[in-house]
Amino acid sequence: MTFAHLPALEVVVPLIAAPLTVLIRRSAPAWAIAAAACSFSFVAALLLAAEVAAHGPISYHLGSWAPPWGIEYRVDALSAFVLVLVSGMATVTVPYAWRSIAAELPRDQVYLFYTMFCLCLAGLLGMTITGDAFNLFVFMEIGSLSSYVLIALGRDRRAQYASYQYLVLGTIGATFYVIGIGILYLATGTLNIADLAQRLQHVENLRPVLAGLAFITVGVSLKLALYPLHLWLPNAYTYAPSAVTAFLAATATKVSVYVLLRFYFSVFGLHLVSVTLPMPEILLVLSIVAIVSASLVALYQTDLKRLFAYSSVAQIGYITLGMSLTSRAGLTASVVHLFNHGITKGALFLLLGGVALRAGRTGLDRVHGLGRAMPLTSLGIVIAGLSLIGVPGTAGFVSKWYLVLAAIEAGRWWLAAFVVATSLIAVAYVWRFVEAAYLSEPDERTPEPGEAPLAMLLPAWLLVAACVYFGFDTSYTVEAARRAALLLLGAAQ
Amino acid sequence: MSVASHFSYWITILLMVAGLYIVIARGNLVKKLIGLSIFQTSVYLLYIAPGKLIGGTAPIISPAFKIYSNPLPHVLILTAIVVGVATLALGLALVVRIREAYGSIEEDEILAADRAGGDSE
Repeated sequence: MTFAHLPALEVVVPLIAAPLTVLIRRSAPAWAIAAAACSFSFVAALLLAAEVAAHGPISYHLGSWAPPWGIEYRVDALSAFVLVLVSGMATVTVPYAWRSIAAELPRDQVYLFYTMFCLCLAGLLGMTITGDAFNLFVFMEIGSLSSYVLIALGRDRRAQYASYQYLVLGTIGATFYVIGIGILYLATGTLNIADLAQRLQHVENLRPVLAGLAFITVGVSLKLALYPLHLWLPNAYTYAPSAVTAFLAATATKVSVYVLLRFYFSVFGLHLVSVTLPMPEILLVLSIVAIVSASLVALYQTDLKRLFAYSSVAQIGYITLGMSLTSRAGLTASVVHLFNHGITKGALFLLLGGVALRAGRTGLDRVHGLGRAMPLTSLGIVIAGLSLIGVPGTAGFVSKWYLVLAAIEAGRWWLAAFVVATSLIAVAYVWRFVEAAYLSEPDERTPEPGEAPLAMLLPAWLLVAACVYFGFDTSYTVEAARRAALLLLGAAQ
Repeated sequence: MSVASHFSYWITILLMVAGLYIVIARGNLVKKLIGLSIFQTSVYLLYIAPGKLIGGTAPIISPAFKIYSNPLPHVLILTAIVVGVATLALGLALVVRIREAYGSIEEDEILAADRAGGDSE
């Protein structure tokens, strides 16, 4: 076992951990296996990221079959960054799940949660690392199928219906993606992403390629919950177990954004996407509508999980807004926000899981006076909320700052003003929590004073601390995002 | 470029649209899954049909043959079929659980039950 096989082990270890947890059938060893697998993936991702930063992209040939015939795993500046986010979030979530899942699931089903969690992680990591378009579809389905199960584990019966809706929409999305890949395969005869990009340059009849682009756009947009295709997201996030919501909110949609970035810039190229088709303009309009409408809907929610689920739809709008600018600054903003929003939402949903455990539900009427009953949890939610708004000193500020810079650089002053103005809507919905938690008197529905268990509070606060840390020290996130943006634009020209 | 020479594509498109229409138009959760299955099946055809060359043989190199069919789409679709089976199985399992919880598999009745129960939140 050497470092040479690290790209394969990154995915294979969680994939093997999944059946192991089924065989053992006991929750404590299953938890230990999942924790070990997640930490291994995280360490491996960090090593890969360091290797990529030092020596450039890594190409790993599965089974020693050279691409384009064999499947290639490709780690570059962008995929390494996303790998670190996904495996890092999993490593934070598993210790949290120990208490959280034990409280939410029947005892004899707990080990199955870890099975599905490992499978979901393997799927998401595989989507990120693979350099093969069809392999990506297979990993997408591994990740999606396990996330449908994870969502259906929620205690509320509505979790099952939410999971069913997500299953139907997610499958339509994945099938659209695979139709797009099929058309591209017919046009070029290859499935390797790098090879695909090269051969597409020489395709004479562009119409099928454009059809493929359209299918892939719609399919992946369903998965990343781009505005009119986001309908599965609020219910799924609201009714899923807390640990699942936190993990999926921080990773699943982000990996889909990665796939869209990869196809737009690395495969189709900027010319095809922005000159032949007006994709940036379409993305711009959808992002603006997403930000405004989802933020406004979030304002009127009475349940905190649902409120922040709608806020996720809006925040994805900011990510795609950066993408639509198709400039270096825009893509940097987009990739930084992908990471920063991941840790911010992860922190929020982990803390809300603590509220759900102590108060039974996460309705706004349950958190009156929570600032006194659960001071640490409330403070964490406020700090993560500030990061969501983009207050200076938090991670959210960094990404909004770059987004504003990118808008000004593109000469779109109105867009910069728009980003700042819509942040005010975020102030309003975060304020609703502050008002309930700090300015209202506790009533009979407020939980008794006392924090969530330490096993849940620590991982959540780790992410809250990360929100603040990455707000001050931007050298890692912004540097990685800048390299990723360079890579994407370099491939696109 | 006659209609007949693109026969397999017409069938593919027909199945694709019919499947998607069932998913959207039907309120019964099992029927929706049937539509989803038809939709996925159309993609199998999209991949497999172009892989076959008329007069082509299995891709085993021999001096006796000159034209070979492309085996790759078949292998890809084998994987896609497995994914489709898993999706359908999971979907049906969810429908069973939904029926146990709501006593119905009609979309409008489930939504109505949620709205009625939603006030106690």
